[in-house]
Amino acid sequence: MAGSNPNAKPMNLTLKVWRQRNRNTAGSIVDYQVKDISPDMSFLEMLDVLNEDLLRQGEEPVAFDHDCREGICGSCNLFINGRAHGPEAGTTTCQLHMRKFSDGDTITIEPWRSAAFPVNKDLSVDRSAFDRIIQAGGYISINTGGTPDANEIPIPKDIADRAFEAATCIACGACVASCKNSSAMLFVSAKVSQLALLPQGHVERKTRVENMVAQMDKEGFGACSNIGSCAAECPVGISLENIAIMNREYINAKATSNNLA
Amino acid sequence: MILDSKIPEGPLAEKWDKHKFNVKLVNPANKRKYDVIIVGTGLAGASAAASLAELGYNVKAFTYHDSPRRAHSIAAQGGINAAKNYQNDGDSVYRLFYDTIKGGDYRAREANVYRLAQVSVNIIDQCVAQGVPFAREYGGLLANRSFGGAQVSRTFYARGQTGQQLLLGAYSALSRQVAYGKVKLYTRSEMLDLVVVDGQARGIITRNLITGEIEQHAAHAVVLATGGYGNVFYLSTNAKYCNATAAWRAHKKGAFFANPCFTQIHPTCIPVSGDYQSKLTLMSESLRNDGRVWVPASKETAERLRKGEIRVSDIKEEDRDYFLERKYPAFGNLVPRDVASRNAKQMCDEGRGVGGSGLAVFLDFADVIKRNGAEWVSQKYGNLFDMYAKITGENPYEQPMRIYPAVHYTMGGLWVDYNLQTTIPGLYATGECNFSDHGANRLGASALMQGLADGYFVIPYTIGDYLAQTAPKPVTTEHPAFKEAEAEVHARVQKLMSINGTRTPADFHKALGHIMWEYCGMARNAEGLQHAKAEIQKLRREFWSDLKLTGTDQEMNQMLESAGRVADFLELGELMIDDAYNRNESCGGHFREEYQTPEGEALRDDENFTYVAAWQFNGENQPEILNKEELRFENVKLTQRSYK
Repeated sequence: MAGSNPNAKPMNLTLKVWRQRNRNTAGSIVDYQVKDISPDMSFLEMLDVLNEDLLRQGEEPVAFDHDCREGICGSCNLFINGRAHGPEAGTTTCQLHMRKFSDGDTITIEPWRSAAFPVNKDLSVDRSAFDRIIQAGGYISINTGGTPDANEIPIPKDIADRAFEAATCIACGACVASCKNSSAMLFVSAKVSQLALLPQGHVERKTRVENMVAQMDKEGFGACSNIGSCAAECPVGISLENIAIMNREYINAKATSNNLA
Repeated sequence: MILDSKIPEGPLAEKWDKHKFNVKLVNPANKRKYDVIIVGTGLAGASAAASLAELGYNVKAFTYHDSPRRAHSIAAQGGINAAKNYQNDGDSVYRLFYDTIKGGDYRAREANVYRLAQVSVNIIDQCVAQGVPFAREYGGLLANRSFGGAQVSRTFYARGQTGQQLLLGAYSALSRQVAYGKVKLYTRSEMLDLVVVDGQARGIITRNLITGEIEQHAAHAVVLATGGYGNVFYLSTNAKYCNATAAWRAHKKGAFFANPCFTQIHPTCIPVSGDYQSKLTLMSESLRNDGRVWVPASKETAERLRKGEIRVSDIKEEDRDYFLERKYPAFGNLVPRDVASRNAKQMCDEGRGVGGSGLAVFLDFADVIKRNGAEWVSQKYGNLFDMYAKITGENPYEQPMRIYPAVHYTMGGLWVDYNLQTTIPGLYATGECNFSDHGANRLGASALMQGLADGYFVIPYTIGDYLAQTAPKPVTTEHPAFKEAEAEVHARVQKLMSINGTRTPADFHKALGHIMWEYCGMARNAEGLQHAKAEIQKLRREFWSDLKLTGTDQEMNQMLESAGRVADFLELGELMIDDAYNRNESCGGHFREEYQTPEGEALRDDENFTYVAAWQFNGENQPEILNKEELRFENVKLTQRSYK
């Protein structure tokens, strides 16, 4: 089989992988060697090779989350050489390819580190805190049926585009993992902005931002560090501007809303 | 057994309205006395869970993901069809119905497809109200684009990530009901069996993927929205976890499996690059709006290109064969998927394929970039171009994409009647999990439409009809059927853990995929299918004697999860082969080499095969029983499909 780069040489690598039995036990870094890694492999395919080797040798494979392997489901979440999703900007771990590494490299692979994301096993973490934040208000309260014709709500193209940009968040958690405060502001603000920008979302904009921020705090995420590492490391380019929008929405809500909570 | 499709009487356009009036209703105060289990939280599952909870039912929603938002609906790229006729280009409910029936090569039910076209318009209204940011024109109204198999622009989209935006809309509606306490969400829970009590679906058995615990769950009805089975082929555009286990377990408990051989091979995927390949990535069909598909006109040129002696840019315009435009001038690059895939294969079989392996054709954007500029192209397809560049290391703005067909969608699935109920009373199947609407080939941008139609606008009516006839007394897991099903699941898990052989689940899965792709893929013939059947049986025996697993079942064990799914694929694969062998005709995605027109197009046999093949489980290692649902076409005339 020939890939895009038939002359690229296979690589041998040293992996330093976080192993942890479950959330109640301590973990540690374990070293592994992988050989004959094609530069055309994705990072997760390289881990597949490791896991197949481990299983054949009677050892336990490394648990890690993944699914679509096209950069959209948000399942994959590896901290590679100290960076969320590894060295390539704007890329999820599953879309990171081994051609970004060199023969003989040592690669350190860890799970997201955040008190709000407890480790399930090895590299898999529990991100259900994100679901609970959405449940606190990340929606427009309408039921199925009885909605007006779609074109009865004209929306300026630039507003629709900005809402779309915010809505492309994949909830992987790289923002949290990259922030020294483990802040989830970028994730939360992406949803707040999307719905605050759109006319459909205006009715509930005040209660929404208050409830979502309250839940975010309750989950144990930290405050915004104002450094911007979240946006710098976000694989889908969610803009820091969303945090500004959320802060404005929040202040406005707190000053004027009827929400007594 | 006589299959009753329960299609309502009356003219096509009035069937659904009449049916909605005729179905029984559950009194609003009684709805809270009914529990409904929904397995799967993709478009079909999340929309059903939210809508049923809004009506007042108690919903338990299950997903093996860590969040409902990760379901593979999220990866759908191009768009969603709806007969809005916002473009004033001649669209109508009837035209969407007609295109879908024709696109499916006349192997779908008229009544179901008409209903789908009818509710398509409501879906767009619903999604916009939820805040789904569809693409818009400068005047603020919704934009559309074209998809294969249609001559109107009826596809609504959100750049190249429409599935993501629609799923997040359904997920938000689901999340709202979770907050209200009307939906109880079970994440990282995999359904491993269905519980049938006195002939009715009354619950499921699940495994908690973090703790390994086997659990029993009871309800008045069960809805399976667990997607398709394309991963039988190992390599497909499906996500890695996509599997057939829930549907297959239900099948073995009595739900018939319909048209399993109807699989869709999508023409525009990134070609395989090596043996380590774990999945294939789709390049949206929407790219065929502006990209032109071609191969070198001569075998010699193709060979020199593959060897690297010449570059793409060295091939002159007259030495290129834009084969879809040449063969199908009316539809050009926008012919349906099955036609486009078969033609790409044919070019490669002729030795005119490109890329190192020769198993690829070009999808070229040079013309549109010249016409409208790279910026315009980036606005429209930016994320797809980026994805292509990341995976291949090539820049598609500068050189044509290389594409090849790959398994993408399964039209077959659990047999359901007009109410989406399977042959087990109380068990429903929605979305890709059922077989109902796409016949032998699905048109682009119709999967999202069907998933949401089923979940938002069909099941909320039809499940009420069943529940209204079920006593509103609480259901529990006390019936011995629960204990029995749990014991079966437990024994199966133990068996997998204790084989202690030498080969990994992926090893078996790859071997199965190879057999399926080779003999039951884009082209099939009787001899090959017979051979494949024996190969699969052999592989299945090896699986149960030589599988290797480590760790325990009392913890997170991803290889164990995978092994259980592969075990079911090894059974389903054989049924797909039986079905392909039985269907002595070519139609849509099912191409039997023995049955083709002189031009190499699919040749149907309407006299003998205008039926749904619904297979009935008949005991372990026993041949399944074929039941036929005759398809009656009262509104459209069956013709040889032509896109010329």
